Amino acid sequence: MGKTPKFVQGNEACVEAALYAGLNFFAGYPITPSTEIAEHLSVRLPQLGGKFIQMEDEIASLCAIIGASLTGCKVMTATSGPGFSLMQEALGYAIMAEIPCVIVNVQRGGPSTGIPTHVAQGDVNQARWGTHGDHAIIVLTASNHQDVFAMTVEAFNLAETYRTPVILLFDEVVGHMREKLVLPEPGDLPLVERLHTSVKEGVDYHPYLPREDGRLPMSDFGGVHRYNVTGLVHDMWGFPSTDPKVVHGLLRHLVDKIENRAGILAHYREHQLEDAEVVMISYGSSARSALHVVEDRRRRGERLGLLELQTLWPFPHELVRRKCAQAKAVVVVEMNMGQIMQAVKLSVPQPERVFLANRIDGNFITPADIMNILRIIQGKGV
Amino acid sequence: MAVKDYLRERFLPHLWCPGCGHGEVLGGLVRAIEQLGLSKNEIVMVSGIGCSSRISGYVDFHTLHTIHGRALAFATGVKIARPELKLIVPMGDGDALAIGGNHFIHAARRNLDMTALVMNNRIYGMTGGQFSPLSGEDVSATTAPYKTIDRGFDVVELAKAAGATFVARSTTFHVQQMTDIIAKAIRHKGFSVVEVLSQCPTYFGRKNKIGDAADMITWFKDHTTPIGSKAKQEDPGLIERGIFVEKQEPEYCEEYEKVVARAKGRRS
Repeated sequence: MGKTPKFVQGNEACVEAALYAGLNFFAGYPITPSTEIAEHLSVRLPQLGGKFIQMEDEIASLCAIIGASLTGCKVMTATSGPGFSLMQEALGYAIMAEIPCVIVNVQRGGPSTGIPTHVAQGDVNQARWGTHGDHAIIVLTASNHQDVFAMTVEAFNLAETYRTPVILLFDEVVGHMREKLVLPEPGDLPLVERLHTSVKEGVDYHPYLPREDGRLPMSDFGGVHRYNVTGLVHDMWGFPSTDPKVVHGLLRHLVDKIENRAGILAHYREHQLEDAEVVMISYGSSARSALHVVEDRRRRGERLGLLELQTLWPFPHELVRRKCAQAKAVVVVEMNMGQIMQAVKLSVPQPERVFLANRIDGNFITPADIMNILRIIQGKGV
Repeated sequence: MAVKDYLRERFLPHLWCPGCGHGEVLGGLVRAIEQLGLSKNEIVMVSGIGCSSRISGYVDFHTLHTIHGRALAFATGVKIARPELKLIVPMGDGDALAIGGNHFIHAARRNLDMTALVMNNRIYGMTGGQFSPLSGEDVSATTAPYKTIDRGFDVVELAKAAGATFVARSTTFHVQQMTDIIAKAIRHKGFSVVEVLSQCPTYFGRKNKIGDAADMITWFKDHTTPIGSKAKQEDPGLIERGIFVEKQEPEYCEEYEKVVARAKGRRS
């Protein structure tokens, strides 16, 4: 195939994938451990004639990419915990106004300034519920650089398909670790381009009137259709409304377009789940250690399997229920105090069989850590 | 094109109170655009949150009604993505200079080619009459029952210091001057700031016992003077109006093209 393997950081894999997907506008603000994404894009985007701007803060960064998206650009910003907190209001705006955009959060330890140079996965629930009001959101993650690439491309595709912000929730280990990345050739991965309206100039265009399939064809700012975009509850013209029917209809549309598709949005990998008595569920860098444990224990005849989630939200409840149906125990491996464990408990008929294997001290969770916890769960002691 | 052709009649009447100055600003703005003969498709109006920011709903341009204080950040994205578009960013005083103060100074620093219109009525109207960073001292507001002690910003001085390359002030009494200044600001290549003193009879006027809208507009007539006038020398308390700064400096989007050229040169 003549494909070139590269030895890169996860943050660089994200950059390569974003460019592959057609990214042509990035705005950001430096923050550890995501900064390399901005640095690499400051080199690459101008070379390609794209736009890179370093803004005055993370709020402005997300606002700027939303503005650029409205002109037809494929857009992204990248940040970490504190910056992600600052972005929450504009994130809600992008949800409400249905603006395609991709937001990368390379997680570090929190809360507050926390432990900027160390790993954590503590923003899982913030990604889901950080912005106010009822809403739905798509959050993807990955444990290795090839998947970082694939999920980043997928994030752009889903953002364009559903006119929604998509969050890429990586972590410090995946962001900074170096490993092999084989760059896909153009055409290897499908790309979704923006759906533009076919309504002709002079004909009334309804920017917020969904088609039968729920999609909303867009018209770029600067084009022939002039319309209003607002974070207020709005009617099909994008004009503010307090009509209860309009309010109800819009909120249902915003939530249903994502939650009703949880099944097809569920990306995952599975390892030796067929006969697993103990199912581990993990994601991001934690899944690397969990996979190591599966391979190690299988060699000793223990029936362990791993479900690695790549879509965290909308949570794939049905998938988890199905994959855990035969399990005697479900062990969620994550670097927080059980954020995905809570969602797993809601998925399975016997939540008392769900256990947490975690680490929250800024150190990466190792296979030995997981093994010790498994032994305790199995009543074997350490 | 007639002035009314720039308005979205479907969404009128507007929500502003009787006597509010914002309608006069809207009138001045569309007349300025009509004078310039701009096409509706080339204008993007970006606004924030507040009474003033509802202006974007009523004009037949590409309109982006955003979140409180961040209009200039959204506008920055639109402008850099599509430099050929004309960006007009109307904001209230609290919107532009309290919650949005950081974006205001940084947009000015970059000298992006856009027009920031500060509709300054010295009060938060939408929330019912709280003091703003432009209220100044000794003002009554619902959050200043014992009068304000906060000093106010001077929009003109702030914009100048931050690097805006066109800085002007007018009032809703001086509608012809306001229209003329807005037209010049839109035509200016670079970051232009126009402060328009606007009246809020409902809250500022009533709370401070200034009278009705006509009294407030008369106050603008009596308490402002052209830049450098003899009246100003005799009464330093008068507020100057006119164009304070109009200069050419490198514009951000044009400078960015140089970055692209350097990047492509290095690559080959």
